[in-house]
Amino acid sequence: MARRRRSRYHRLDVKASPYLYVLPFFLLFGVFGAFPLIYTAWVSFFDWDFLAETHQWIGLDNYWRLFSDYTFWNAVLNTAQILVLSMVPQLLLALLLAYALNQRLRSPRFWQMSALLPNITSVVAVTIIFGQLFGRDYGMINWFLGLFELGKIDWQAGQASSQIAIATMIVWRWTGYTALIYLAAMQAVPKDLYAAASLDGATSFQQFRMITVPAIRPTIVFTVIISTIAGMQVLAEPLLFGGGSISGGSDRQFQTLSLYLYEVGFNRWEFGYASAASWLMFALIVIAASINYLFLGRIRRH
Amino acid sequence: MSSERYVERQLLVVSRRLRVFLCTFVALVLPAPLAGCGDSDDGRIRLTVGTFGEFGYDQLYREYEAANPGIRIVERVTRAEDHHKNLAAHLATNTGAADVEAVEEGWLGQFTAAPNRFIDLNTYGAATLKSGWPDWKWNFGTSADGRVIGLGTDVGGMAMCYRRDLFTRAGLPVDRTEVAKLWPSWEKYIETGARFKQQVPDVGWMDGPTSMFRSVLGQQEVGLYDGPDSIVVGTNPSVKKAWDLSAQALERGLSARLVAFSSDWNAGLAQGSFATLACPSWMMTLIQEQARNAAGQWDVATVPGGGGNWGGSWLTVPKQTEHPAEAAALAVWLTAPQQQAAVFRASGNFPSTVSLYKDPVIKDFRNPFFNNAPVGRFFATSVTRLEPQYIGPRTGEIATRIINGLSRVEQGRDTPDESWRKVLREVEVLS
Repeated sequence: MARRRRSRYHRLDVKASPYLYVLPFFLLFGVFGAFPLIYTAWVSFFDWDFLAETHQWIGLDNYWRLFSDYTFWNAVLNTAQILVLSMVPQLLLALLLAYALNQRLRSPRFWQMSALLPNITSVVAVTIIFGQLFGRDYGMINWFLGLFELGKIDWQAGQASSQIAIATMIVWRWTGYTALIYLAAMQAVPKDLYAAASLDGATSFQQFRMITVPAIRPTIVFTVIISTIAGMQVLAEPLLFGGGSISGGSDRQFQTLSLYLYEVGFNRWEFGYASAASWLMFALIVIAASINYLFLGRIRRH
Repeated sequence: MSSERYVERQLLVVSRRLRVFLCTFVALVLPAPLAGCGDSDDGRIRLTVGTFGEFGYDQLYREYEAANPGIRIVERVTRAEDHHKNLAAHLATNTGAADVEAVEEGWLGQFTAAPNRFIDLNTYGAATLKSGWPDWKWNFGTSADGRVIGLGTDVGGMAMCYRRDLFTRAGLPVDRTEVAKLWPSWEKYIETGARFKQQVPDVGWMDGPTSMFRSVLGQQEVGLYDGPDSIVVGTNPSVKKAWDLSAQALERGLSARLVAFSSDWNAGLAQGSFATLACPSWMMTLIQEQARNAAGQWDVATVPGGGGNWGGSWLTVPKQTEHPAEAAALAVWLTAPQQQAAVFRASGNFPSTVSLYKDPVIKDFRNPFFNNAPVGRFFATSVTRLEPQYIGPRTGEIATRIINGLSRVEQGRDTPDESWRKVLREVEVLS
């Protein structure tokens, strides 16, 4: 009798417990993820002034307005440019760094932890330091250029220069983190592959290209998608680089999508329009991530 | 130190930090009293005062606490633009606002348009104080349906601050009456600037576009609005005049190319990288704060074109405060003539209460930092004559966009005409 009861408990345990274990995540996701998402969708159908007491239903008008909003598409373009400028060097450098960390090093933990340091530094601190590096009058980079009589660059004023500066901050912050993900994948590559390749006389670059990279391809796909999603949402770097200016420079030359959302919502107080823009942004992120996935998936099959 | 001891110490530090972190985190999620992080441990009521820039209140807080032992005051200072953005967010979400919130003139209209979010200060006896302020200052803090949202603190007025040492280097006179004769008009101000740059090419004549544009604009009869909800940026010749003069000064290379109130601008003040700065009274407070090493070098003369106003603020009490009576009492006290006079003498923000303009405490005050300039007389004259513009709800946002336009000219991204067209497009979005 007792045994049967125990087995019933056991069945219940086996069936229900897993759901219980994942429940905290879904509760948190529901409160901080799903609810805001759905609520934003609801708000996006209104002319919703921040402080007004009543809001007017306007259907899809906010979305139609977005399609002809020059500023929105300017932000999309800036975001895409900064994404490419930051993601490509970041992933390449991370690969090399991981490869180096995977060699036999004295005190490997120390080097691995060092790689993570930039990432655990507060983004505000990073931006302040880089803001000083890229300063126009007293910045270190301009001082360095001055040594070679190359003249001063007004980093914030130009479109290319400002975006390069912002991309540099992102690269600095995320390269180490990505490298550790690659390192974990590299350590799972069977050692005998390398041994066999060495016997066949492959150089270490050939080993890297023919063994390491193909073996960790799924991880590369993963990091590309993750950094695309993160890159589409860059906010703190351009905001703080511009000294807190929400327009992202005098000509919006480095205003990203998130920054534009912030301007519309918290500066112009048009919450309905900002919500519509954030849904369109969500759609764009899904599209960008899917393109990357399909593109890299094809490479994988070859 | 042994390694165990070291680890122990580190853990202690970490756990202390963790507590602070958790307290902050919980305070964000739960209402403050639930989180146990709200009112101070000693049972005193804690009042938060949210300000921006420099209000010069530190001394007054201590004084008020001494006179009211049940009250503890905490100040929260944020950059002006962020301050108003955060305030709006806190009002909209009904949580997070300070007990007393300062609001600047360029943003006030947006808040008086949402009177339900604030305490009507009439319910705490503000009506009896009305005669203390000039009508325009009082009316602007009042909502359309007659609720008193804000009590006036300072008023900008207008003057021109200049560096005596840099003027000497350029061979310009340094005596304030002589200096005033250099710039009866803004055109002459630009001419003098060009002369200055010939002698001292490595220093800016002015800081950047903001202070000049706002000053010229502040002298016009009609500014960015000609009535409620009626933005006239594109049609009002006065706005274009302010734009053209500023653009001309920028194109002639007179600016140190600093974004007003940024950290670079602060550094520029400290290092003396520009020679003149259009200065409403509150600007003098900032100069004293940022250019401490330059006491006696700065001086004050009358502004080109004469008169005008830029800025000035109000104190409000958001409805979400848990201590409305105490917060209102504090706001009333801080804006009373005696306290406004103390602020002016200690740091420079000029009072908005009229009784003070004839009071020798104000009228005869000379500021030692500014080479004993008779700033009391200057600003009393300038403010008494003040013909206030209509300041619409989005004045702050519109001005930011116009100044961005001037920055484009300064950076050489656009010609003045191209940039002006962009400004009109940007302002259109706001109307």
